Amino acid sequence: MKVLSRIYTTLIFIFLYAPIVILIIFSFNSSKSRSVWGGFTLEWYSRLFQDETILNALKNTLIVSVVAAIFATIIGTLAAIGIDAMNKRLKKIIMTLTNIPMVNPEIVTGVSLLLLYSIVFGILSKFGLDVSLGLVTLILSHITFNIPYVILSVLPKLRQMNKHIYEAAIDLGCNPFQAFMKVVIPEIRPGIMTGMLMAFTLSIDDFIISYFTSGPTSQTLSVLIYSMTRRQISPKINALSALMFVTVLSLLLIVNIRQIREENKAKNSKSIVKL
Amino acid sequence: MKKVFSLILVSVLVLSICSLPATAQDTEEVPLTGESITVYNWGDYIANGEDGFIDVNKEFTKRTGIKVNYDTFATNEELYTKLKSGGSYYDVIIPSDYMISKMIAEDMLEPLNYDNIPNAKFISEELKEHCGFDPEGKYSVPYAWGRVGILYNEKYVDDPVDSWSILWNQKYKNKILMFDNPRDAFGIAQKKLGMSFNTNNPEDWRAAAEELKIQKSNVNCQYVMDQIFSKMGNEEAYLAPYYAGDALTIYGDNPNVKFAIPKEGTNLFVDAMCIPKGSKNKEAAEKYINFICETDIAFENISYINYSSPHVKAAEMHKEYLAENFGDWAVEVIYPETLDGCETFIALDNETYQLADRLWLEVRNSGDYTLTIILVIGALALLIGFIVFLRIKKHRRENA
Repeated sequence: MKVLSRIYTTLIFIFLYAPIVILIIFSFNSSKSRSVWGGFTLEWYSRLFQDETILNALKNTLIVSVVAAIFATIIGTLAAIGIDAMNKRLKKIIMTLTNIPMVNPEIVTGVSLLLLYSIVFGILSKFGLDVSLGLVTLILSHITFNIPYVILSVLPKLRQMNKHIYEAAIDLGCNPFQAFMKVVIPEIRPGIMTGMLMAFTLSIDDFIISYFTSGPTSQTLSVLIYSMTRRQISPKINALSALMFVTVLSLLLIVNIRQIREENKAKNSKSIVKL
Repeated sequence: MKKVFSLILVSVLVLSICSLPATAQDTEEVPLTGESITVYNWGDYIANGEDGFIDVNKEFTKRTGIKVNYDTFATNEELYTKLKSGGSYYDVIIPSDYMISKMIAEDMLEPLNYDNIPNAKFISEELKEHCGFDPEGKYSVPYAWGRVGILYNEKYVDDPVDSWSILWNQKYKNKILMFDNPRDAFGIAQKKLGMSFNTNNPEDWRAAAEELKIQKSNVNCQYVMDQIFSKMGNEEAYLAPYYAGDALTIYGDNPNVKFAIPKEGTNLFVDAMCIPKGSKNKEAAEKYINFICETDIAFENISYINYSSPHVKAAEMHKEYLAENFGDWAVEVIYPETLDGCETFIALDNETYQLADRLWLEVRNSGDYTLTIILVIGALALLIGFIVFLRIKKHRRENA
């Protein structure tokens, strides 16, 4: 039985990671083909760093995901604190409302955002303001779909937190703002960090919403890669994907290690209390 | 690889020294004027400084001081949606034939001022005759063109490849690829049946759809686009229709892959530069179009893309380049002696579009469902099994 379960797990992992491994291997392929092996080379990596279109798209992607993640974290955390303070019924209603963007198919979100932007642009142009799709609209869209994920990762931490700590801080002479910054924020920080990282990775991943809301000067990586499909997708993209995979993997490892450490800490402190 | 690369580099250098006009070398950098234009082109469809060719956009900025914002798309429909839904402005767009005629009909393009595009005189007259989408060239200047033909692997295909009907040959069952877009796929069936691509007769479209269904059930073809490169390269498939220029790319990976144009005639596609309504800097856009038609730029650009150049002089230079790097067969593939029998797509009636979309869905969904059904039944069985397992467990616990 144990052998069987081992084999099963191995198979699942092979299934999950084989495409990525192949992609990484082919990023070292000296032939442009995605199937014929022509020898080992690092050429694509060096060419990647000379290709302005790709680098520009990478820059846009990073700007959008970092800015969107930061804003979404701030808004999401504040929202979570507000939601946590609500009564049960209101909480339920608001949570349903915030969850809708998550279950909503991305293509619907993308198209409706595009419609919204063109209507707003139409109104603005009547006042002589000439705006078009670009980084700003892209960032706004990303903030929109990131917020629910941040709320979802912060709320449980708030629920776990002992409400009386905040009151104690106030009793001990903090004003509400100080109490919030010095007591509440450190308590829920793991949730905030997880939320921010999740928002960041979701933003990097996103294709459909970016596809609809990016403008001529704000093409992101995913949109650029898609546009290469009439001709062959350049192996430079393999190289880039390999680099991105390594980055995301290390980010995830960091998060997980952090979580494990924190859990251990919590266990230790509990055992101390028991003693 | 390095050797080939440096060979290409050297040949380009030699070529550029013998044949470029003097102006190409001694261009001085013009300071930035603060102007900018936005260009919307197909992905990977412009020389970008790789493989030893110049970076066209950078060179334009260098020579004129106008900055280029460059954006790319994957399908004509994508370009159309982006322009229609508003919110973004482009100065130069490069759609294909039928999309241009559709945009002209919907009044989405600016007429060009040829006083600003003197280099348009280099565009081949023979090609212009095939530009039925914009007969007088009022709105568009061709950028690149090509033909659709059949890629085949010599090693496995021993019948003569001279007719579209070989894509229906059961001998090559499971080894045939097809276009995954309706216009190109229907086009093949239409030519096989001897029809025009641009027919608006619903009966013709239905007959073509029937033909495609027969093909699907007989040879079990796969519908793909860019996967053609890898599938033909590693001999997973033996026969596939695709664009002539890309045959050279696949040949680089697998020299057994050859290209043939069927005798029934084929599709000639033209991608052309246009200025959409709403362009904020029409004059700079015309400068850009003119710049692309400079002989040296047109040559460098087309040699990177390896499609056919509409530019008479650049085409001559490109032929030499092809003969040197690929052999004479490549020259024949890219620049055929005659364009007789080639037909260009133009826009269809709206009803025909709708019919074509519906028929395309029918074709794609026709045929063998066994695997899907097995998978669905399997998933259901697993789900039911799991629920039963939970029930039994619960039952036991309650009894215990």
